[in-house]
Amino acid sequence: MEITTLHYLVVAAALFVLGVIGVLTRRNVVIVLMSIELILNAVNLNLVAFSRMWGGLHGQVFAVFIVVDAAAEAAVGLGILIAFFRNRETINVDEIDLLKW
Amino acid sequence: MNSAMAPGMTPVATPFFFYLLSGMAILSGLLVITRRNAVHSALALIVTLLSVSGLYFMLYAPFVAGVQIIVYAGGIMVLFLFVIMLVNLERVIRERQFNRMWPVGLAAACALLALFLSVFEKGKSLFDRASVPLSDKFGPENTQQVGIMLYGNYMFAFEIASLLLLVAILGAVIMTKKRI
Repeated sequence: MEITTLHYLVVAAALFVLGVIGVLTRRNVVIVLMSIELILNAVNLNLVAFSRMWGGLHGQVFAVFIVVDAAAEAAVGLGILIAFFRNRETINVDEIDLLKW
Repeated sequence: MNSAMAPGMTPVATPFFFYLLSGMAILSGLLVITRRNAVHSALALIVTLLSVSGLYFMLYAPFVAGVQIIVYAGGIMVLFLFVIMLVNLERVIRERQFNRMWPVGLAAACALLALFLSVFEKGKSLFDRASVPLSDKFGPENTQQVGIMLYGNYMFAFEIASLLLLVAILGAVIMTKKRI
């Protein structure tokens, strides 16, 4: 049985949902950021699979841009985390609620 | 698919490797969101990233696969591991790992998965058609072609991306300074 684009889409959907579960349920900020990386990877897999399906390279170029985005997001997110950890001594999402009320 | 393949290219898109790589990716993705220790999560995430990079190779995208290995598994994950060691707290490992609303989050994610699968089921005829024959864009010339597109069609987006990276560097440096 040949592997079609649909197979890749199902794998990417599974990775995406795993990332969403991580973002919604974990309390450790570092693991929430890692789950966001999982989500971005799922999107990349979709883009590259569609690029293969249509025979163009636009999907691959977009995938490279998303990798750039992921790097910028990780750098800024982890910077915020370190600054916060220095002030409050916690990396727990439930306790990061200064802006909540 | 075979007839249009450039000479010297053997098909790597075999079902066995697809199922092996995607199984590894999903299993280690599951480990990422369930492990108690953040270092274990990071190591599982590296396995996921390498498996996805193998899937890119199977999709004839060697440049994206290389970027995935070098930038993600090599750069971003080292950053993550450094930060994990900087904020390592013994008590975080002992306390509750999932927040109080986790059943709601799990239900919402499962609803999202059901939505995805129903869309794929409805639009099956769009996605399971045979892929176009391989052109030289998907062979050894791939990196060159992507480079030409980056500096051609996507010139402006490329410059914006470099600006984004500059802003991210400045933000990270300023945020982690002791006193601004």
